[in-house]
Amino acid sequence: MAAHAPGAGSGSGCSGAGRDTPSAPGAAMADGPVADVLLRRLEAADGGLDSAELAAELGVEHQAVVGAVKSLQALGEIIEAELRSTKRWELTAEGEEIAREGSHEARVFRSVPPEGLAQSELMRLPSGKVGFSKAMSNKWIRVDKSAADGPRVFRVVDSMEDDVQRRLQLVRGGQAEKLAEKERSELRKRKLLTEVTLKTYWVSKGSAFSTSVSKQEAELSPEMISSGSWRDRPFKPYNFSARGVLPDSGHLHPLLKVRTQFRQIFLEMGFTEMPTDNFIESSFWNFDALFQPQQHPARDQHDTFFLQDPAEALQLPMDYVHRVKRTHSQGGYGSQGYKYTWKLDEARKNLLRTHTTAASARALYRLARKKPFTPIKYFSIDRVFRNETLDATHLAEFHQIEGVVADHGLTLGHLMGVLREFFTKLGITQLRFKPAYNPYTEPSMEVFSYHQGLKKWVEVGNSGLFRPEMLLPMGLPENVSVIAWGLSLERQREPPVPRP
Amino acid sequence: MPTVSVKRDLLFKALGRTYTDEEFDELCFEFGLELDEITSEKEIISKEQGDKKAEGASDVVLYKIDVPANRYDLLCLEGLVRGLQVFKERIKAPLYKRVMPNGEIQKLIITEETAKIRPYAVAAVLRNIKFTKDRYDSFIELQEKLHQNICRKRALVAIGAHDLDSLSGPFTFTAKRPSDIKFKPLSKTKEYTACELMNIYKTDNHLKHYLHIIENKPLYPVIYDSNGVVLSMPPIINGNHSKITLNTRNVFIECTGTDFTKAKIVLDIIVTMFSEYCENQFTVEAAEVVFPNGKSYTFPELAYRKEMVRADLINKKVGIRETPENLAKLLTRMCLKSEVIGDGNQIEIEIPPTRADIIHACDIVEDAAIAYGYNNIQMTLPKTYTIANQFPLNKLTELLRHDMAAAGFTEALTFALCSQEDIADKLGVDISATKAVHISNPKTAEFQVARTTLLPGLLKTIAANRKMPLPLKLFEISDIVVKDSSRDVGARNYRHLCAVYYNKNPGFEIIHGLLDRIMQLLDVPPGEKKGGYVIKASEGWKLFYHNGYQQS
Repeated sequence: MAAHAPGAGSGSGCSGAGRDTPSAPGAAMADGPVADVLLRRLEAADGGLDSAELAAELGVEHQAVVGAVKSLQALGEIIEAELRSTKRWELTAEGEEIAREGSHEARVFRSVPPEGLAQSELMRLPSGKVGFSKAMSNKWIRVDKSAADGPRVFRVVDSMEDDVQRRLQLVRGGQAEKLAEKERSELRKRKLLTEVTLKTYWVSKGSAFSTSVSKQEAELSPEMISSGSWRDRPFKPYNFSARGVLPDSGHLHPLLKVRTQFRQIFLEMGFTEMPTDNFIESSFWNFDALFQPQQHPARDQHDTFFLQDPAEALQLPMDYVHRVKRTHSQGGYGSQGYKYTWKLDEARKNLLRTHTTAASARALYRLARKKPFTPIKYFSIDRVFRNETLDATHLAEFHQIEGVVADHGLTLGHLMGVLREFFTKLGITQLRFKPAYNPYTEPSMEVFSYHQGLKKWVEVGNSGLFRPEMLLPMGLPENVSVIAWGLSLERQREPPVPRP
Repeated sequence: MPTVSVKRDLLFKALGRTYTDEEFDELCFEFGLELDEITSEKEIISKEQGDKKAEGASDVVLYKIDVPANRYDLLCLEGLVRGLQVFKERIKAPLYKRVMPNGEIQKLIITEETAKIRPYAVAAVLRNIKFTKDRYDSFIELQEKLHQNICRKRALVAIGAHDLDSLSGPFTFTAKRPSDIKFKPLSKTKEYTACELMNIYKTDNHLKHYLHIIENKPLYPVIYDSNGVVLSMPPIINGNHSKITLNTRNVFIECTGTDFTKAKIVLDIIVTMFSEYCENQFTVEAAEVVFPNGKSYTFPELAYRKEMVRADLINKKVGIRETPENLAKLLTRMCLKSEVIGDGNQIEIEIPPTRADIIHACDIVEDAAIAYGYNNIQMTLPKTYTIANQFPLNKLTELLRHDMAAAGFTEALTFALCSQEDIADKLGVDISATKAVHISNPKTAEFQVARTTLLPGLLKTIAANRKMPLPLKLFEISDIVVKDSSRDVGARNYRHLCAVYYNKNPGFEIIHGLLDRIMQLLDVPPGEKKGGYVIKASEGWKLFYHNGYQQS
């Protein structure tokens, strides 16, 4: 059992930095020279002693005495230390300089000879600028602007009293209290004085006071165990308030951890994963197969990444393409169609898929070709692309989560039931559904959940029954309904960890 | 989704009652609308241009309502009110009627020159209309909303509305050389040729977006009256002569375009919405359009279509058990006048000219479900029995990711798109050697190609994390894309694994050890034997590349 106690400064908060075992500061100090002296002084002292005074007497940094106090405290009741804070006025670096060499205005005054000095020359002196205006307002000097070779500065008085220097010297001598409040605050405004708070300890004997302190062990070693010496050794207590050292490990990406959770949920619900490993899609599968008309705004250059190379799809299932073409341009399967001139060239255009529903369309087409029809539950989670400029609220690529169920006689009520189970697994139980419009689902519904933090309903997904104009040209049986829903992985939080 | 902005008080007056914001929000939700924002002109200006500019602007409360993209009949106050009032059974859906004029019918003759640029036109007349400031604003706003949505920014259809009394028919829709077209356009004080106008409008924030539709064409479309007065030069601008005002009583509406179906829909929407303010409410005066082939048609179509849907189909698709009578009642509340006919299970539904979105029985099913209330539908679980399978490539990926993290490497998630430089120049490779897929319309250089290697993403991740304590040990398992003519789209993904070790000393043995560990997990033995793996030296960046491992 290692009994080391990393101090607050050991940097244990940085992941990846915790390779070296942090040393145990403080352990070595308990029997250091300062601590020894402190104990001896304390033995002789009447009542107690002040840590700052001791530091001054010993000529060491105050921090060294504080360290000794803390290490002794850690040993138990050897000493008692009471934290005291006192305020003190100290000179700033500039204040020190003035205390030594006089105020800027005094230095200006002294540099003006009885016959006067050109103002331009005076301004070049180190104290010139600050000192000049102060000396002017003190009426120690004057400027004669009518002098022949430019303005000239003359003394007004023969001598003066440098109060600023005198006051600063008082402060330096530890007699700041002799200054009036107003005088101190003026010097502080001029940044010559600062008030510092000094934290010192008033140290007195503890109930177990002793000048001979035995060193506490920081770690239990194999030698101690084999020799049995551990029985007699005092051990340093753990410091539970310090941070531990993070384990040296790799990490999974947080968003992909959420992806894993969603995969798990789908798998638990019996959904089979669709292949989605094709970022490049033809407009046909991305739009036309989904009954999304060729003039739809989503097919605009502004919204979708089209390809320059390879610009067009090489093969399309032409039989199926013709059925899609007819449905768009003339209708059929009970539909009026969109009644426009459908163009094959438009369908051939390659793009970066704008949704994984393109992959779902391919999967449903494959399903439709398998006879007889077998019910399926499919899911996918993968990247999709939109022609956006990156900023805090827009991504050009993100992950879409999609679920699809195809079976005879599925209803809107079934869709809602599946969504309820799905979202319950995510820890979202308050759901409601809003009518919406999607080109390829009808009926369509947006899924809202009540956000406890925002205190309002927020949209969490989109869903619906795929349109017959999408399913029937694929060759799916007429009484088969396909329910589907989609959401964005980037908008999800990690599902809560279940507590048994 | 289009957003319609209406004055709250005007809306409530038209609805005949007031709502709290919450109540109205609830009503919208139920009907499939979304009360997106409650604001005022003043608030909008102050948000966009600062408080100073907003001084003096109106602080009348505005509701911004999101309308589904296919519901053109809800794009103005008139339509919203009608839809909601019928939904709440406070009024019956109006019957829109096309009537012949007492005198001569207005004629629009299309000449064959339009064929190559804008071949279709439709027209109608709103007779004895009464505008007020609010009605007029709504009329203009509806045209703008239609232009932005169904008209695809005027490319498919452009609308022109004119004061009929200032004109004299018949009208001619033709196409002419831009230099031969000269007229005084809306809100200008003098005449310009079409060439001059196109130049002037290049700096017009609103109109500059439409210029490209005709800009490089030899002939521009233009509509004249019988005296040679220019009504409009679609899809850019109307003439000032026939401008409608608050005092206009008779409005001639023309819609020209490249999509005949959409032109007819747009005309139907405008006249059904604003015939409300005609002396004979909801009646529209017909106009005749003569096509270049001599055939003539009468518009607006205002066609009512009958659809037959079985009640049990609706019940089966929604998952409810309502009587046919109730279903007919629900549909009627959605402006789809319905009645039960035949064997008592058939519902006959009348699709009005305002509901161009109804193209299939499934659209009718949705409306029944909306009127029933989505949130009143009983949730049930489908009995679909299936056995789940993982996609094998993703299953392997999931397993490997965890082992990579256990081996002390941290997972990165980087973009699949990048610049040409990232995959070529920066790695010392010629772009033509990458077989990369190129994007034709990226908005920024960061999205010129799909990555052909995961390495640039990991290097960028390291560059962005230089301040982190060393070593950095990163990996990614994700897809890259290359051209492949054996695939239907001419490109395919490959799943790659890439790992990078970054430290003060190179530590090749670390990345080598990782590779050995991966091979051990995949049960691939080291050595030259068949089925084994070896590492070979390679040129340039590939040296690093082979430190990673390419699966597949």
